[in-house]
Amino acid sequence: MATLNVNGQTLTVDVEDDTPLLWVLREQLGLTGAKYGCGIAQCGSCTVHVDGAPVRSCVFPVSALSGTAKITTIEGLSKAGDHPVQKAWAELDVPQCGYCQPGMIMAVAAMLKTNPNPTDEDIDAEITNICRCGTFVRVREGVHLAKTKKA
Amino acid sequence: MTNVLNHLSRRTFIVGTGAAGLTIGVLAACSKPGDPGQSDLEPNPEVNAWVHIGHDDIVTVRIARSEMGQGTLTGLAQLVAEELECDWDKVVTEYPTPGENLARERVWGDFSTGGSQGLRGSHQYVREGAAAARIMLVEAAANEWGVPVSECSVSKGVISHTGSRKKTTYGKVASAAALLAPPLEVQLKDPKDWTIIGQPKLRLDTADKLTGVQVYGADLKLDGMLNASIKASPKLGGKVKSFDAAAVESMPGVKKVVQVGDDAVAVVADTWWRANKAVQALPVEWTGGLDYSSAAFEAELDDGLTSADAFLGNKAGDTAAAFADAAQVIEATYRVPHQNHAPMETMNATAVWTPEKCEVWCPTQNGEAALAAAATAADLPIEQCDVYKLHLGGGFGRRGMSDYVVQAVQIAKQMPGTPIKLLWSREEDMQHGFLHPTTKARMRGALDADGNLTALHVRISGQSILAALMPQALRDGADYATFQGLLPSGLDPRVEDQTLKYTFPNLLVDHAMRNPPVRPGFWRGVNANQNAVYLECFMDELAHAAGRDPLEFRLAHLQDSPKSATVLNAVAKESGWGSNDGKARGLCSFYSFGSYTAACAEVTVDEDGYLKIDRIVAATDPGNAVNPQQIEAQVQGSFVYGLSAMLYGEITFEDGEVQERNFDRFNSMRIADMPKVKTLVMPSGGFWGGVGEPTIAVAAPAVLNAIFAATGKRMRHLPLKDQSLRDA
Repeated sequence: MATLNVNGQTLTVDVEDDTPLLWVLREQLGLTGAKYGCGIAQCGSCTVHVDGAPVRSCVFPVSALSGTAKITTIEGLSKAGDHPVQKAWAELDVPQCGYCQPGMIMAVAAMLKTNPNPTDEDIDAEITNICRCGTFVRVREGVHLAKTKKA
Repeated sequence: MTNVLNHLSRRTFIVGTGAAGLTIGVLAACSKPGDPGQSDLEPNPEVNAWVHIGHDDIVTVRIARSEMGQGTLTGLAQLVAEELECDWDKVVTEYPTPGENLARERVWGDFSTGGSQGLRGSHQYVREGAAAARIMLVEAAANEWGVPVSECSVSKGVISHTGSRKKTTYGKVASAAALLAPPLEVQLKDPKDWTIIGQPKLRLDTADKLTGVQVYGADLKLDGMLNASIKASPKLGGKVKSFDAAAVESMPGVKKVVQVGDDAVAVVADTWWRANKAVQALPVEWTGGLDYSSAAFEAELDDGLTSADAFLGNKAGDTAAAFADAAQVIEATYRVPHQNHAPMETMNATAVWTPEKCEVWCPTQNGEAALAAAATAADLPIEQCDVYKLHLGGGFGRRGMSDYVVQAVQIAKQMPGTPIKLLWSREEDMQHGFLHPTTKARMRGALDADGNLTALHVRISGQSILAALMPQALRDGADYATFQGLLPSGLDPRVEDQTLKYTFPNLLVDHAMRNPPVRPGFWRGVNANQNAVYLECFMDELAHAAGRDPLEFRLAHLQDSPKSATVLNAVAKESGWGSNDGKARGLCSFYSFGSYTAACAEVTVDEDGYLKIDRIVAATDPGNAVNPQQIEAQVQGSFVYGLSAMLYGEITFEDGEVQERNFDRFNSMRIADMPKVKTLVMPSGGFWGGVGEPTIAVAAPAVLNAIFAATGKRMRHLPLKDQSLRDA
């Protein structure tokens, strides 16, 4: 059994201790925004926030979470899809297939929280998500646009 | 599945109740908020197969092709909206099913989504369908008013009568229009009158991709559904000998352990995580299989480079005589390895099977092939099966195959009535791909004393896609796809869009087929990728050997293809080719999938050999540019796919087993690797070229030529990883 605080709600799930947070979110809680891409923390499609920090949830065992840790998924990033990153992404038509974008958006949102004015070098260092469609040019533009937007 | 036609229930239409009695909500291909419907009215019937218009004037465009990120869904909707003269802001889309297509005598034509055919392969009948719907809608209004059609006009879905100033909307006459006979002939709009085609419209499918709402195949959840994870023989051609189900049956959540076909086992559990954990723990004994080694196969590829037997792809003049007379003969060998598609969403399909019916939900590039495969695996008549398509989490050619659909049905068949979602692990996805074929090329060029190219011989050695997947498409044994971009014009209308645009006085292009026991596949760009590296890097080598400017050298052979010259000149000019600013630049010109493309790359290679691709200027002339901002996105994205392969991508086998089983060893570009991209969209009109694939081919050659400009070193073997870009 594990107790989690996800998107402001406290929930209890009955899972094995080694179950990664990703699969608890997707399968026990029905929050399928975070995606499975590699299972080895390489691609970042599974990125969610734990106490505001980006976490690759596919390798993060649920047992490693304290009961008070606040988990935010793409579903809880904003009430109406209007987080500055989401707004910038919509304006620039960033997604192609879109599968990696929840992870990409969560990674960018976490970066902007600690570094509201990232340079291109900061983006290169912080955003290491894989996108096979190749949206990187617009992701970069989107980060710079999101900086200018208010929630 | 009549409800797909029912606008009122579009957002969560009920599909496939089947014998299992499931009520399943599936999101339509795309939906917009604000179309609540009006429950007191009978829903409007469709106007025709392409168009449904609700009482609220929401226009639902039926999209037969699959959306996998390439923007075809939006582009096709633009084509329809243009001829329909409807309000773009009221357009939504949905996928008809392959089963409906079959039942309606393939009214939506081909569902296959590959070869950059989404728009160019269907623009005519899609636009005609929309124009027919417009004519019927206007006629219905004219009938209602008792006035001649010629006195009525339409704009943005509002029909007006000039004399009486009466107005009505499409939604109000859709029901009457549906009863009218379709026009025998339609006149399509003159391109100069287009107001939606050619506009940089935002995609119709973005909103749900930003909030986690978009349901991909991997996310699908059906009532009573169980999850399966599979393990097929890690060795090429290996079969299951035995497995110890009892060893994992008591693991949490496990419901059943099954064999799948003769080469795989799967565990079905309540959750996928548990199913996957159990299948990884399942003791399996495999038998047979091949000890294929990529390293050993190099010798076969090398043999093909000089063997006497080869299929002819293109021939002009007398190359032997020209080589004999040459002042200088230049020769180089290039190599391109196997690649996996590796879309971000791994292969998956959800199936429910009963003795009467089989239904499959899956991301597929070929809905009709998926349906046929499902019916065969289900051992049911195809009319008792259907496939419901979901948006793809990437395709790139991989999802044109239906192997994962077959597996899902084979599992579901062993648990009648229970929906089974099969999701491959990344490791499974990497080990069981349909790989971008490996080829090598021996390039030989003859230069005369004045530095003119008098003969070119391109010998390709390596794997044929068609021989493995579509042997019926071979011509006297030859695989024309292998010659993509190098073919003569006039050979065959089916490959006219893949012809060589250079004119050479003496030319020989041939192919020594050398097929490893690895299944090949159509990988974004297909053989244009390999062939562009061979041709365009070698053109650079020849230009340098001749002491000529690589731009001028290319243009000298593009005299018969002014469109090629135009895009090449454009990238050269935009990039500042020929300026003395110290930048290392490389060019590439290529024609494939009916589009003229070019690139100029700018790179920096530091003293330690570290490569930075600073910028690529790209140009494409696809004839008609339906959505310029999406073309830009496709150019940028295609460069990531192509450059990832150039830098990192390679699938190798040892003892018959794939060595690269995840992104740790099969790396893909990250944002830090990404160059700036300047895209010049240069539609010259009058034809319909592809968009998703053509530009991928120009990225790698341009960068490789720029690396030479920076270092003086030719990089002829891909990928570049583990090689020094500078000589020690």
